[in-house]
Amino acid sequence: MSSVRFRVLPRAALSFAEHSLRRTTEKWLTIALLTLPGMIIFLMFLLIPIFQSSYYSLFKWNGFGPPTDFRGLSNYIDLFKDSVFIRSILNSLILMSSSLLLQLPLALGLALLVGRGRLFGRQLFRAILFIPYIFSEVITALIWLYVLHPNMGLMNRVFEAIIPNFKYIAWLADRNIALYAIFLVLTWKYFGFYMILYMAGLQSIPKELEEAGRIDGCNEFQVLRFVTIPLLGRTIRLTIFLSVLGSFQQFVVVWILTQGGPVNATSTIATYLYKYGIQRFALGYGSAVAVVLFCITLFFSLGYQRIVMYQDYVLRD
Amino acid sequence: MINYATATTAAPSQPKRWQINSRRLLINILKYAILTFVALIVLAPTLTAVLGGIRTTGEFLAEPFGLPKSGIQWQNFERILTNPAFWNAFGNSLLLTAGVTTIGVTLSACLAFVFSRIQFLGKGLLFNVLSLGLLFPLVVAILPIFIQIRQIGLINSLWGVILPMVAFSLPGSVVILRSFFMAIPTELEDAAYIDGCSTLGFFRFILLPMARPAIAAVATLQVISAWNEYFLPLLVLNDPKLWPLPLGIMQFQGQYGSEWALIMTYITILIIPVVVFYIFTQRFIVTGLTGGELKG
Repeated sequence: MSSVRFRVLPRAALSFAEHSLRRTTEKWLTIALLTLPGMIIFLMFLLIPIFQSSYYSLFKWNGFGPPTDFRGLSNYIDLFKDSVFIRSILNSLILMSSSLLLQLPLALGLALLVGRGRLFGRQLFRAILFIPYIFSEVITALIWLYVLHPNMGLMNRVFEAIIPNFKYIAWLADRNIALYAIFLVLTWKYFGFYMILYMAGLQSIPKELEEAGRIDGCNEFQVLRFVTIPLLGRTIRLTIFLSVLGSFQQFVVVWILTQGGPVNATSTIATYLYKYGIQRFALGYGSAVAVVLFCITLFFSLGYQRIVMYQDYVLRD
Repeated sequence: MINYATATTAAPSQPKRWQINSRRLLINILKYAILTFVALIVLAPTLTAVLGGIRTTGEFLAEPFGLPKSGIQWQNFERILTNPAFWNAFGNSLLLTAGVTTIGVTLSACLAFVFSRIQFLGKGLLFNVLSLGLLFPLVVAILPIFIQIRQIGLINSLWGVILPMVAFSLPGSVVILRSFFMAIPTELEDAAYIDGCSTLGFFRFILLPMARPAIAAVATLQVISAWNEYFLPLLVLNDPKLWPLPLGIMQFQGQYGSEWALIMTYITILIIPVVVFYIFTQRFIVTGLTGGELKG
């Protein structure tokens, strides 16, 4: 429909059939020209490798030559028998639930503080709180490697100054603390991102609705609870989605800070995959890990979008 | 709020104006206190890094927030900036970022145009296939990608990093750009065709210039993710000559592990351009992340 063209004087008297044939080929050529390069790269470096890995996961394969040593599902059985793998899944779940329970509420609270009303210096605060998000994970991890250093790190120094008789804590070397120390670093880096999303959501809520609530006798807390938060629903559902997916892909920060140690206390699925699949060249076994990881993310994403987020799409389109 | 309070006349229990004002002042002070506290926590680690970078290791480890007593240690900067490995890594990072951004933005603009403006058989299917990519972040799919790159023979080549990064950026960028393109009115398109513009001409000369803010937003996000990428180069590039900055600084940290001040200098050198870039592109970053909803 969009390719309808009006010419005052037809260049040559093409028959209708000829004309439409030419237009159709032209249209398909345009489509091919614009989509093929992108789709080929997408298929070659994303979709096909992902499907292939489910095939490789059935072999014992060190990556040299084609896979020949067929083992059926034995990789998967070994995987679920490995306590380190179970530990990694649990750790990823702990990171996930902590970010849902602490990181997102923190970001929401700050967005409410920075995003509402006329606050002098609002832009500056927003800019500062968002800065860690643009630092690379490597820089973040290296800075925090110093901050959390057991002897001369900033963290211990600060606590020493505030709390009398404070004993230095080996943040990253203590099995019971290390994972939470990593969570702290991840929160430092990522809460600004969620804050920005909440601020965008808040800005799209008309002020009149909250004003109406106040006139009807709501106090500030009730306005927040019954007007603002429900209207922010779409953004909240989106951040929960991003946060859950994000916690299953933590690698760089964890790897640089602890390499999954001490004694696998901070091992996540991604560090497990790197350590046991790639470093040891157990590509069949690693593929099995990758497939499990796909299943988790796919299951969660599709389920969440079907059940929780579909309303947002329906409303938007 | 004040308006309503003063407008209701016969209300003896209404708070007085000065009470409202003082309450507001108190709330504002509280807000500032919380925000300053959080801002300090955010800035403190970064500040120690910068302060560490301009002092000697001894000074740095003795006092995290001390001032440079024996003068600013310019030789720290000199040692890094005269290191050929640093400039080599810097060049690789530039190449990588430029490659990923230009290819990624060009291809996603083309795809987004087709998905937003042209009707054809199989369009829905194609778009769904592409959206499938949104479910697989790079980290999750890193092993299959690694296997694929080995089989194609792109190990130890910058293309082995660029092409997968482009592939993983496509779904997200296309979704963002498509919604921007769809917001451009159809009347404009019809007018262009009436004036004898071809489909490609409309795309190149009318749609793209109009969507410049969206393109800038997508490009900025792409630059950040390419500049920061660590995992993929770690797997694909074995030759230290090809390493970008994130790998370069890790190698440096491995060599000079105990010279904290020097590592902090390296971090400072890397942070400065990022912060400058951030100040100039903040607008685009926010637009890109929030789909254009947050302004000001």
